[in-house]
Amino acid sequence: MAALGVFDTANLNSGQKLAMKYFAVALPLFGAQILFGLLAGLQYLIPDFLFQVLDFSVNRTVHLNAMIVWMLYGFIGGVYWMLEDEAQHPVVGLWLGKLIFWILTIAVAIVVLVYLLIQIGPAEMSTIWFIMEGREYIEAPRWADIGIVVSVLVFFFNVAATFSKGRYTGIGGVLVLDLLALFGIYLAGMFYTPNISVDQFWWWWVIHLWVEATWEVLVGCIMAYMLIQTLGVRRKIVETWLYIEVALMFGSGILGLGHHYFWIGTPQYWLTIGGFFSALEPIPLVAMVVHAVFDSGVHKLRNSNHPALAWTIGQAAGNFFGAGVWGFMHTLPQINLYTHGTQWTASHGHLAFFGAYSTAVIAFFYLAAQKSRGNVWMSGNIVGGWKWKWSMAFLWIGMIGMTMALLIAGYEQSQIERAVGGSTWMAYFEAQSHPWFMQAMTWRQISGYIFGLGYILLVWDLLTIGKRETRSVSELHAEQPQPA
Amino acid sequence: MTTEAWWASPSLWRKTAVWITGGSFVILVFLTFDTMAYISAGGKQVPGYSIINQRVDYQYDDEKKRYLPVIGPEEPLFGKMLTEEEAKALVSKGKLTTQAKNCMQCHTLLGNGAYYAPDLTKAWLDPWWGNKEIREQQMVDFLMNPQDRLHNALGRRMPNLNITEEEARATVAFLKWMSAINTLGFPHNFKAIDQSAASAQQ
Ligand code: HEC
Ligand code: HEM
Ligand code: HEM
Ligand SMILES: [Fe+2]
Repeated sequence: MAALGVFDTANLNSGQKLAMKYFAVALPLFGAQILFGLLAGLQYLIPDFLFQVLDFSVNRTVHLNAMIVWMLYGFIGGVYWMLEDEAQHPVVGLWLGKLIFWILTIAVAIVVLVYLLIQIGPAEMSTIWFIMEGREYIEAPRWADIGIVVSVLVFFFNVAATFSKGRYTGIGGVLVLDLLALFGIYLAGMFYTPNISVDQFWWWWVIHLWVEATWEVLVGCIMAYMLIQTLGVRRKIVETWLYIEVALMFGSGILGLGHHYFWIGTPQYWLTIGGFFSALEPIPLVAMVVHAVFDSGVHKLRNSNHPALAWTIGQAAGNFFGAGVWGFMHTLPQINLYTHGTQWTASHGHLAFFGAYSTAVIAFFYLAAQKSRGNVWMSGNIVGGWKWKWSMAFLWIGMIGMTMALLIAGYEQSQIERAVGGSTWMAYFEAQSHPWFMQAMTWRQISGYIFGLGYILLVWDLLTIGKRETRSVSELHAEQPQPA
Repeated sequence: MTTEAWWASPSLWRKTAVWITGGSFVILVFLTFDTMAYISAGGKQVPGYSIINQRVDYQYDDEKKRYLPVIGPEEPLFGKMLTEEEAKALVSKGKLTTQAKNCMQCHTLLGNGAYYAPDLTKAWLDPWWGNKEIREQQMVDFLMNPQDRLHNALGRRMPNLNITEEEARATVAFLKWMSAINTLGFPHNFKAIDQSAASAQQ
C-alpha cells in the first residue's frame, strides 16, 4: 500500500477503481453545466450575446444534458464504489464494465460536440436519429439512446451478478430492483409521435418517475451506505429506514406523476389524483431528514470524514427544501394554473436537483478522495480544511441566491403575465421587462458567479485534500470504540 | 434494544414497500389506458388533425368557469381543405420541425419547456398577429426570418433556424391544431385574436 496521503489507486478495490473513472468524468461535466448555465443566464441580460452563434437553446440544452449525465455518472460511480463492500465479492464481469465506460464516454463526447457544432437539422427523422430529439432533458439522438440502453444493461449485469454471487443485502436488493425500474422507464422516452399531448404524457413518465421516484430511491441506497461508512450506523436500522422510505416515496411519487397531467390535454381526474398524491411527496423527504439528523445525533457527529458527512446532511436538507417545500408550493392545480412553466418552476428545478442529487454525488467524491489517499484523516483540523468549508459555503450561498431570485421572478411572472395578462405574447414581454423581473435576473447571474467560485474551490480541494495529512482514519477509531 | 417491536421489523417494511409500489404501479397503468382515450388524436380532449380545416377559438365557459377551445365554422388553413390523412401528415411535419429546431429549449408548449420566450400553446390565437386575414402569412414570414422582426423592448430576438417555407407552413398547422386541445383552462385569461365575421370585413 502506498504511503498515507499519497494518491494511489492501489488503495482501492477494483469496483472503486472503475468508480474513480466515472467520478473523473462527472466532475468536469459539472463544470460544463455551470459554464453553459452562466452563458444562458447572461443571455437574459444581454440578448445579443452569442446570438446565432450559441443561442439560448443550445446553451440550455448543454446545461441540462451535462447535468443529467454528470449525475448519472456520479450515481453509477457511487454504485460501483460500494458494490464490492456490500456484496463482499469482486465485481462480476469487470472488464465489460470498463469497456462500456469508454464507449459511453466517447458517445457522450460525440453527442455534446454535435449539440454545439451542428445544433439543429431539417424536419426529418434523420435529425432525430443523428442530431437531437428536441425533447428537454432527453435530447440525445436515437443512436445514442440505443447506446445508452446497451451500456446500462451491462452496468445492471455487473451489479445484479455481483450481488448474486456475493450476498444480497437489503440495500443491494432495493438497489437492483430500482435500477431495473430506472432503466425500464427510459424506454418510454424513445419514440416519435405527432401528438404533443401523447408526447408529453410519456415524456413525464421519464422525467418525473426518474427524479421523484427511482433517482430518489437510488440516492436513498447510496446514502444508506454513506451513513454506515461515515457514522458507523447499524445496518439493520439503516435498512429498515430504507424500506420505509421506499414505501413512502413510491406510494406518493408514482401517482404524484399526475401533477404534470393538469394542463396537457389529459382528463380532469388528474387534478385530484395529481394534487393529492404529489402533496404527500414531501413526507418521505421529512423521514430522510429525521433519519440523518437522528443518526448523526446518536453518534454525536463522531465520524471519519467531515466533508462527506456535511454534504450528506446537506443532501437531506436540500432534498427536503428543494423537492419537498419548493415542490409542494406549486403542486396544487389551483396554484399551478398560474405558476406552470414560469421562473417559479426554474426556482424549484435548481434547488431540487442541487439539493437532492449534486450534494449526494459530492459526498461520494469526498469519500473517494479519502480512500484513494489511503484512508487519511478527514475529520477535525484537517490540513487545509478551510477549502472544503468555503467551497461548500459558496456553492450553497450561490444556489440559495439563484433560487430566491428565480422565485421572485416567478411570482412576478405568474401575476403579471399569467393572472393579469393571460399569457399572451405581449403579456409575456410585459412581465419580462418589469424591473422586478430584470433585477431578479441580475441577482441570479451574480449568485451564479458565486456558485462558480464554489465549484473551482471544490475541484481544488478534491485534488488536494488529505495530501499533507499524516494521520489515518484508524487513529480516530482508536480514540473511541467504534459503535457496533 | 434487544426485544424488537413489531413495527420496527425490517421484513414488515420490506413487504409494505413491495405492496405499495406494486399497487401504485397497477393503478398508474390502469389510468394510463383510460387517459389514452382522452389524449389520442380524435379523443375526448385532443382533436383530430383535420380540425385545422375549421376556425378554432378560445373562450371563457361560464358554466365550467374556465377557458375552453371553441370550434367554429369551416376556415381551412391556407385556404385548402385537407383530409384527415393529409392534415395528419402536415401537423406531423410541423411537430417534427419543433423537435428538429429545439423550440422547447426557448419556448414552452402546453406550459412545458423553457422560459426564454412566450408560451406557444395558443400562439395561433395571439392578438399580436394583427388580424385573422394576414395571420397565416405573418406567422410563416416570422418563422422563416424571425431575426429581423423584433417585437419587444428588451431586444430579445428569435434566431434564424433555417426553417424552409414548407416547414414553416407545417409548423403553423401544428400550432393551430395544438390551440384546439382542451387543456382544462390553461392558459387562464388568454384573450384570443378577434375572429368574428365583423373583423373580417375591415
Ligand atoms: C433561441 C431561442 C428560440 C428558439 C430556439 C425558438 N424561438 Fe420562437 N421566439 C423566441 C423569442 C425570443 C421570441 C420573441 C420574439 C419577439 O418578441 O420579437 C419568439 C417568438 C416566437 C413566436 C411568436 C410568439 C407568440 O406568442 O406567438 C412564435 C410563434 C415562435 N417564436 C415559434 C417558434 C417555433 C415554432 C420554434 C421552433 C421551430 C421557435 N420559436 C424556436 C426565441 C426562440
Ligand atoms: C429531487 C426531487 C425533484 C426534482 C429534481 C425536481 C425537479 C423538477 C424540475 C427540473 C421540474 C421542471 C421540469 C421541466 O423542465 O418542465 C419540476 C417540475 C415540477 N415539480 Fe419537481 N422535482 C422534484 C421533486 C418534486 C416534488 C416532491 C414535488 C411536489 C411536492 C414537485 C413538484 C413539481 C411540480 C408541480 C412541477 C411542475 C411545474 C410546472 O408546472 O411548471 N417536484 N421538478
Ligand atoms: C452558475 C450557475 C447556474 C446558472 C447561471 C444557471 C442558469 C440556468 C438558466 C438560464 C436556465 C434556463 C431557465 C429558463 O428556461 O429560463 C437553467 C435551467 C435549469 N438549470 Fe441551471 N444554472 C446554474 C446552475 C445549475 C445547477 C447547479 C443545477 C442543478 C444541479 C441547475 C439545474 C437547472 C435545471 C434543472 C434547469 C431547468 C429548469 C426548468 O426547466 O424548470 N442549474 N439554468
Ligand atoms: Fe413531478
